[in-house]
Amino acid sequence: MRKVAIYGKGGIGKSTTTQNTVAGLAEMGRKVMVVGCDPKADSTRLLLGGMSQKSVLDTLREEGEDVELENIRKLGYGGTWAVESGGPEPGVGCAGRGIITSINMLESLGAYEEKEGLDYAFYDVLGDVVCGGFAMPIRDGKAEEIYIVCSGEMMAMYAANNICKGIMKYAQSGSVRLGGLICNSRNVDNEKEMIEELAKKIGTQMIYFVPRDNDVQRAEINRKTVIEWNPQAPQADEYRGLAKAIDKNKMFVVPKPLAIEELEQLLLDFGLLAA
Amino acid sequence: MAKAQKLVQWEPHNIKEQLLEKYPPKVARKRASQIMINEALSNTTPEIVANVRTIPGIITMRGCTYAGCKGVIMGPASDIVNLVHGPIGCSFYAWLTRRNQSDAINDTNANYINYCMSTDMQDSDIIFGGEKKLAAAIQEAYDLFHPKAIAVFATCPVGLIGDDIHAVAKKMKEQFGDCNVFAFSCEGYKGVSQSAGHHIANNQVFTHVVGKSETEKTDKYKINLLGEYNIGGDGFEIDRILERCGIKNISTFSGNATYDKFASANQADLSCVMCHRSINYVADMLETKYGIPWIKVNFIGAEATAKSLRKIAQYFGEQALIDLVEKVITEEMPEVLAVQQEVYPRTNGKTAMLFLGGSRAHHYQELFKEMGIKTLSAGYEFGHRDDYEGRQVIPTLKVDADSRNIEEIEVEADPLLYRPRKTVEELAALAADGLAFKDYEGLNPNMDKNALIIDDLNQYEAEKLVELMKPDLFCAGIKEKYSIQKLGVPMKQLHSYDSGGPYAGFKGAINFYREIDRLVNSRVWSYMKAPWQENPELSATYVWE
Repeated sequence: MRKVAIYGKGGIGKSTTTQNTVAGLAEMGRKVMVVGCDPKADSTRLLLGGMSQKSVLDTLREEGEDVELENIRKLGYGGTWAVESGGPEPGVGCAGRGIITSINMLESLGAYEEKEGLDYAFYDVLGDVVCGGFAMPIRDGKAEEIYIVCSGEMMAMYAANNICKGIMKYAQSGSVRLGGLICNSRNVDNEKEMIEELAKKIGTQMIYFVPRDNDVQRAEINRKTVIEWNPQAPQADEYRGLAKAIDKNKMFVVPKPLAIEELEQLLLDFGLLAA
Repeated sequence: MAKAQKLVQWEPHNIKEQLLEKYPPKVARKRASQIMINEALSNTTPEIVANVRTIPGIITMRGCTYAGCKGVIMGPASDIVNLVHGPIGCSFYAWLTRRNQSDAINDTNANYINYCMSTDMQDSDIIFGGEKKLAAAIQEAYDLFHPKAIAVFATCPVGLIGDDIHAVAKKMKEQFGDCNVFAFSCEGYKGVSQSAGHHIANNQVFTHVVGKSETEKTDKYKINLLGEYNIGGDGFEIDRILERCGIKNISTFSGNATYDKFASANQADLSCVMCHRSINYVADMLETKYGIPWIKVNFIGAEATAKSLRKIAQYFGEQALIDLVEKVITEEMPEVLAVQQEVYPRTNGKTAMLFLGGSRAHHYQELFKEMGIKTLSAGYEFGHRDDYEGRQVIPTLKVDADSRNIEEIEVEADPLLYRPRKTVEELAALAADGLAFKDYEGLNPNMDKNALIIDDLNQYEAEKLVELMKPDLFCAGIKEKYSIQKLGVPMKQLHSYDSGGPYAGFKGAINFYREIDRLVNSRVWSYMKAPWQENPELSATYVWE
């Protein structure tokens, strides 16, 4: 089983990209479990056709210690398992601690065991790495390959670089590696070239360039992934392409994050090029 | 450590060097600034570094901010529900461990000290926030006890997850109407020691409780006794003496305290400060807001007690009081002197070390002097520079990030309740007669030249000091007790008094003389080595030897 975590700046499209890609993998016949690590619990909406999932932490709170695997995971599109970690309302408690608790719960319930026949476990993680809790999926070998969703916008690249620092820290003591950057296009000038260059500097690859297409939003309104909503749409092929790239990926590295000055220079170079 | 080896010659610079020898250079440099060889017997004492972070890795004697706030200042109050918001351990291990006594026997000052109250936070409270659970716990406490007040204490995780305990307290207070609810942001990690917790407690008690009493205190000579915690019944003995003198202690902070005593502190005419470190903030605020002057007193030691009583009498200035105080001293002293003279031949010439809180390391030297015991080395766990060097250094104290982290509250004269107890001229006249107001000269001027004064002593240095200087007695707390005793030196806990006390006032002095006599003259310490270790009946060598 390959254990994959998707990170990236908040609002960059991690959940959308993850679910559409997972749909592509499912279509290829892979057995996947998606673990949403966002307190909003909206990481599996497209796979399940709506927010019908009861989160691990809510279940734990209501049922006490007596929790079954079947209480916390649900079958979604193409036979994928969908799990939502859940967490507190904004402004209270500790969402990070919640993720730690819920991943431990999944493990102790045997969600990752051989007999489950999983090819992939995907962790869809909230925003930037902000505390120990959000780094949980990359600690202790829980996720072994990381993909960072980014775009050519400055803040997205900052965030990607920052996440690399987190990966570097845990890569030294564990098995976690960076699998590549996924460029979720925002139609920024020179976007593809710039992210390719950023990836090269970090020591990784831009594994796929996902063009911007409003079909993604149309599918989302229908609570579906693009592949399920309209298998013939050109964007569906893009996600199939990303799924294939991940499935075939062999390039796993310990990233070398850039100094802020280098990052600024990169932006300047490619920004000026466009002007 | 047999008696025969006890004649030790030492030189303070050499001791200091040896204490620092094993440290890496940076640590040694930092510790060196906290170890001082006393030079001065006046106000020109050199600077010592105090109230700074303990170096990570060092096993410090210090406690945490929560311990200072809940354990020390608020813990002794008998009719306030002290509710700890956090995992159970923080409350359980602070339960009845400080030996602060209380004479609460009936419902009016109902004794909550015996209870251990906690919100018992679980994993899910950390994740989803503990405010609802806290509100439910406050409600439960209210329903069970109908107390006058409920105090809520934050533990570390509460600060990390950001529960708004003050908002919860305010809401519950409004809901009850007849119960004051207030909270303390005293997370253990705040500040460098428990001293931060004292300050936080001072601020909140002053803001939420002082001045709220509806009963009027009508006694003639009304004082507050600040920084006396009734360990082993010290406060009972002090109150006994004060009562004999016709002086009414209306509010002790916080030994045997009640809500109403805290609340009526603004009605006293003089504040007497025992432990300067833990409570000087309240003394200052009482003066600014209500016009109550404060003096430093010390009821540890018979002479010190007599001196403190005379100071109080001098302040009120009436001949009848002055005469009565003299009469009481004259009546109390013979019994004290009799015991002192009995033990003196056995205790004279012995040596002691004291490493305690924020004033005991100073106060107890009085008692030791009365017994002819020399203090070789002393220091505070959580004192600030002014506790060592005197209050005159306060304007020059460096404000660092750690002290800025603790709220300073601005207090001004109360428009209704401010009433200067003495005119400026009267205060000046008293000062000219030698009554020092708002003054504490600190530890250093009271210690011998060449004595070692060490701030924030740690386990390693404590053992090293004992090994090098071989004192006859070591005084500190429970954490140090057994490691010191294993070195063959008697150890007296002066935080909790082991199982003894009271040691304050006249009767306390007698108890102390007897206890210390027993400790330093016990032969048990010469039996540290088992007979077979010194004179084996059999001896053999290993085959490879």
